[in-house]
Amino acid sequence: MTQATPTTTYFRNLAEGKFLLQRSQSTGEWVFYPRMLAPGSGATDLEWVEPSGLGTVYATTVKRMKPPEPNVSIAIVELDEGPRMMTHVQSIPPEEVVIGMRVRARIVDAPDAGKILIFEPDSAE
Amino acid sequence: MTRGSQLRGKTAFVGAATFGLGEAPGYTSIEIAAEAARLAIADAGLKTSDMDGLFICMPNDYLAGLTIAEYLGIRPKMTNSSRTGGSAFLTHAEWAMLALDAGLIDYALICYGSNQRTGAGKLVAAQVPSPVELPYRPHNPVASYALAASRHMYEFGTTSEQLASVAVAARQWANLNPDAFRQGPLSIEDVLATRMVSDPLHAGDCCLITDGGAAVVMTRADRAKDLRHTPIALLGAASATWHIEISQLADLTVSAAQESGLRAFAQAALSPSDIDVVNLYDAFTINTIMFLEDLGFCGKGEGGPFVASGAIAPGGSLPVNTNGGGLSFCHPGMYGLFTLVESIQQLRGQAGDRQVDGAKLALAHGNGGTLSSQATCILGVPDTV
Repeated sequence: MTQATPTTTYFRNLAEGKFLLQRSQSTGEWVFYPRMLAPGSGATDLEWVEPSGLGTVYATTVKRMKPPEPNVSIAIVELDEGPRMMTHVQSIPPEEVVIGMRVRARIVDAPDAGKILIFEPDSAE
Repeated sequence: MTRGSQLRGKTAFVGAATFGLGEAPGYTSIEIAAEAARLAIADAGLKTSDMDGLFICMPNDYLAGLTIAEYLGIRPKMTNSSRTGGSAFLTHAEWAMLALDAGLIDYALICYGSNQRTGAGKLVAAQVPSPVELPYRPHNPVASYALAASRHMYEFGTTSEQLASVAVAARQWANLNPDAFRQGPLSIEDVLATRMVSDPLHAGDCCLITDGGAAVVMTRADRAKDLRHTPIALLGAASATWHIEISQLADLTVSAAQESGLRAFAQAALSPSDIDVVNLYDAFTINTIMFLEDLGFCGKGEGGPFVASGAIAPGGSLPVNTNGGGLSFCHPGMYGLFTLVESIQQLRGQAGDRQVDGAKLALAHGNGGTLSSQATCILGVPDTV
C-alpha cells in the first residue's frame, strides 16, 4: 500500500484543524490535490507535510448572487510551495480580491458540514 | 503535396446537417440526434445502412453509441461514445480519419443532439466536480472561464470592451444567418450592460442555452468523389488534453489548443495565414480570444486588440464563427460539431448571406471541459489536397 485514501486523509486532517499537503520524499515536490502518486513523476513516496500556509492570488472571480445573498469570492491561490488550489478569499469584499495579493490559509466551517480551507489577506505583509 | 501527414486529404466530409436548432419542444435528445443523422446521410446521398462507423457524444447518455445504433437500426463495426466534452466530435473526426484510412470502416457517422433548453431548461454539464473543489461551490463552467479571463486581463491588459467585441462580432454574423437563435443589433455597451455573472464575464459574454443537433458523414477520398456534394477534405486533425479543473492548468492564458493547432497545421502542411474561415468553440468570449492566440492567428496577449479591431466580424480579415457561434447561433451544451458543419457549408459555398467568398480552407476547433480538451480540424476544398 502506498498512499492510503488521499482524499479522505486530506479532509480528515482539515476536520482536525490541520492543513497538510502531500510531498514526495525523494523528489521534494509538493502535490495538491491529494493523489495516489505525484503527477508527472509518478513518485509514490508521498508523506503528509504542513506547508507554510502562505500563497498568492493567481486568478480571481466573484460569484454574483441574487440579493440579499452576498457575493462569493472564487479564486485560485498559488501556494508558496507551488501547487495551486481553488478557494475563497475572505475577510474582504470579494470584489476587492486582486491577482498578486498575498494571502494566508485558515480553516473554517464549511457551509454544509465539516471544515474547509479559505484564505485571507496576509496582514504580516 | 509531399509535405504534411500521410493522412492529409485521405478522408473527406461528404454529408452535413443540423436539426432542431434553437428550440425543439417535445423532442428527446436522441430524437434530435437521429434526425440530424438522417439528414446528414441523405445529404451525402447514402443509406443509413451504409454507416459502419458510429461516433456520438450525448448530454447524459454514457452509452449513446449503443442507443443510436439501435435507434437507427444499424450494426456498426466500430462504435465510439468517447467523451471529451464539447471537443468530442472533432476527436471523433480524428479517430474516424484513422479508421477509414486503415480500411476498418467505409463510412463514419458523427452525430449529436440535445434538448437542453426545452428539456432541462439549463446548461447540462457532464463534468464530475472534483471533491476538493466541490465545497467551494464554484458556478462552473462560467467560474473557470472567468478565472482564465481575469488572468488574461492581468497579464495582457485585455479589457471587458475587447471581450464584448467578440459577442458583437458573433451577433453580426448571426444577423446574416437565418438559423441563428439570437438576432438583432448588439453593441459593446449592450453587452457591458448585461448582468455580471462571474467577474469579469457578463451574461452577454456567455454562450446561449438552446436545443439542437448536428451530424456529419465521412468517407475515404476515393469513395467521396462519387457522392452528391463536392467532398470537403480533412487535411489535418489533432487533439490535446492538459487537465480537467481550471486550477490545474499551468498557465491560465494558454490552452492545449496551442498544441492541437500546431499538430493539425503540421499534418496539413499549412499555417494560420492560409486559413480563410475559422469556426471555434466560443462558450465564452474569452475562448475566442485565447483560441485565436493559441492557434496562431495572432500573438499571445494580442487577442484582445485583434478581436476589437473588427478583424473577426463580417468584412474583417479573418472571418470567425460565421454562423454566429455558441454566443448567438446555438449552443445545446456541447457545441463542437457545429464548428465542423459550418466549416463544411462554407467550403461548399452553401452559407448564403454569410458566405465567405472563395473560401478554400477552414479551421474548426473544439473545446471541452474548462479549457481542458482541445481538438483542431483543418478542412479544404478538393484543389487544396
